[in-house]
Amino acid sequence: MHKCEVLVIGAGPAGLSAALEAARGGAKVLLVDENSKPGGQLFKQIHKFFGSHEHRAGVRGIDIGTQLLKEAEELHIEVWLDAEAVGIFNQTEVWIIRDKQTSVTVKADRVIIASGAIENSVNFPGWTLPGVMGAGAAQTMINLHRVLPGTKVLMIGSGNVGVIVSYQLLQAGADVIGVVEAAPQLGGYGVHTAKVRRAKVPFYTRHTVKKAWGKDRVEGATIVQLDDKWRPISGTEFDVDVDTICIAAGLTPLVELAFAAGCEPIYTPLLGGMVPWHDESMKTSIPSIYLAGDISGVEEASTAMEEGRMAGLSAAHSLGYISDSDYHTHFEEAQRRLDVLRAGMFGQKRRDAKAAIIGHQRG
Amino acid sequence: MSYRIVDHPVLGPLEESEMVTITVDGKKMQARKGEMIAAVLLASGTSYFRKTVKVHEPRGIYCGIGRCTDCTMIVNGIPNIRTCITAVEDGMVIETQIGYGEWKKGDTHA
Repeated sequence: MHKCEVLVIGAGPAGLSAALEAARGGAKVLLVDENSKPGGQLFKQIHKFFGSHEHRAGVRGIDIGTQLLKEAEELHIEVWLDAEAVGIFNQTEVWIIRDKQTSVTVKADRVIIASGAIENSVNFPGWTLPGVMGAGAAQTMINLHRVLPGTKVLMIGSGNVGVIVSYQLLQAGADVIGVVEAAPQLGGYGVHTAKVRRAKVPFYTRHTVKKAWGKDRVEGATIVQLDDKWRPISGTEFDVDVDTICIAAGLTPLVELAFAAGCEPIYTPLLGGMVPWHDESMKTSIPSIYLAGDISGVEEASTAMEEGRMAGLSAAHSLGYISDSDYHTHFEEAQRRLDVLRAGMFGQKRRDAKAAIIGHQRG
Repeated sequence: MSYRIVDHPVLGPLEESEMVTITVDGKKMQARKGEMIAAVLLASGTSYFRKTVKVHEPRGIYCGIGRCTDCTMIVNGIPNIRTCITAVEDGMVIETQIGYGEWKKGDTHA
């Protein structure tokens, strides 16, 4: 059986950061990812990040990804790509399928799960037609694969993902014919929303998509206004000529591995639904299993990186690798940066939701 | 028309790439070496990748990162291949999948 001290599942921003901190502390780290390239969703984030200088604000996600990979290489962290973690047994044994053909069990003293999240859907007649896709899927196509999924796009959802991807679709050469938002107010940061507004893209608050149609793919959609109880108002329907509908309706944490391993769940609607309970050190109800990033509650890449550092530090410290004083110093620094990211109108709610998870008494 | 993004204000011009030849539903097609099957199909304007079992509704990409399995096709005779995370290879044969698809029969292990 293969052995390592800290096994990190998922090489996105959270997992990479966790692996880096654990390795810096001196632990023998193995980082696995099911994809053939590391970086998770960082390499499609071509916009500049938020926060202050210490959060690498102003740096594009794609460049942060490159930097993290360089650091991982310098620390000689062992990375397995095309490696799917399919189960965790006896709290420490991780079953992995490599290259879709070889079964390997890794015995790890600590496991950090950084599996990320998946996009939510919005269901309306026609939502299964080709051309209806997650906003993140469209972002992957344009920024990673350099191909437009269509040329006339309707965006559902005005949160950060909705407005950032709308702007990136414009940059890629598509027309964004509108952004539909069911809530009475827009959901994204002002700076991202303003870019889309300046491009004269109409925003339809209190509207939703009633249906989409087309033979082999989307050829059009009907938009309808909603009343203050979120019910469609008859007679307000209008049609739009689109070949693509992007859905930016939030994300759901990918919790399967953690729950199948037996981690206790907790419900946190603001952060995406059911997540594994964890304490402030990012440890779950199973002492050998830690979390980092969206699986512990959906936020952003910058918060995922701080949580990843905290999980990596905690895992290495629990194995005796980092002195108590160094651990507390580094952990508190990450915690402070996290608090800054969770400030403001949007951040405070997330901070409260996180505090509720950590403060929840188990059993 | 091509849906390929040749110029980009942040990412710059699309770099030259070695090309490979693939066959899609009997038709030869040029693809950039190492790109995902779904990408080259979208670039060429392919509308759907598969049709559903009972009523043959068309399906295309949905999540684009290998989780939802909506974009599956028959690749080199093997059904249910996630085209958004499977890279093209020279000589690859790709077919629109109707229904579940069939694996090769046989209970003996190689």
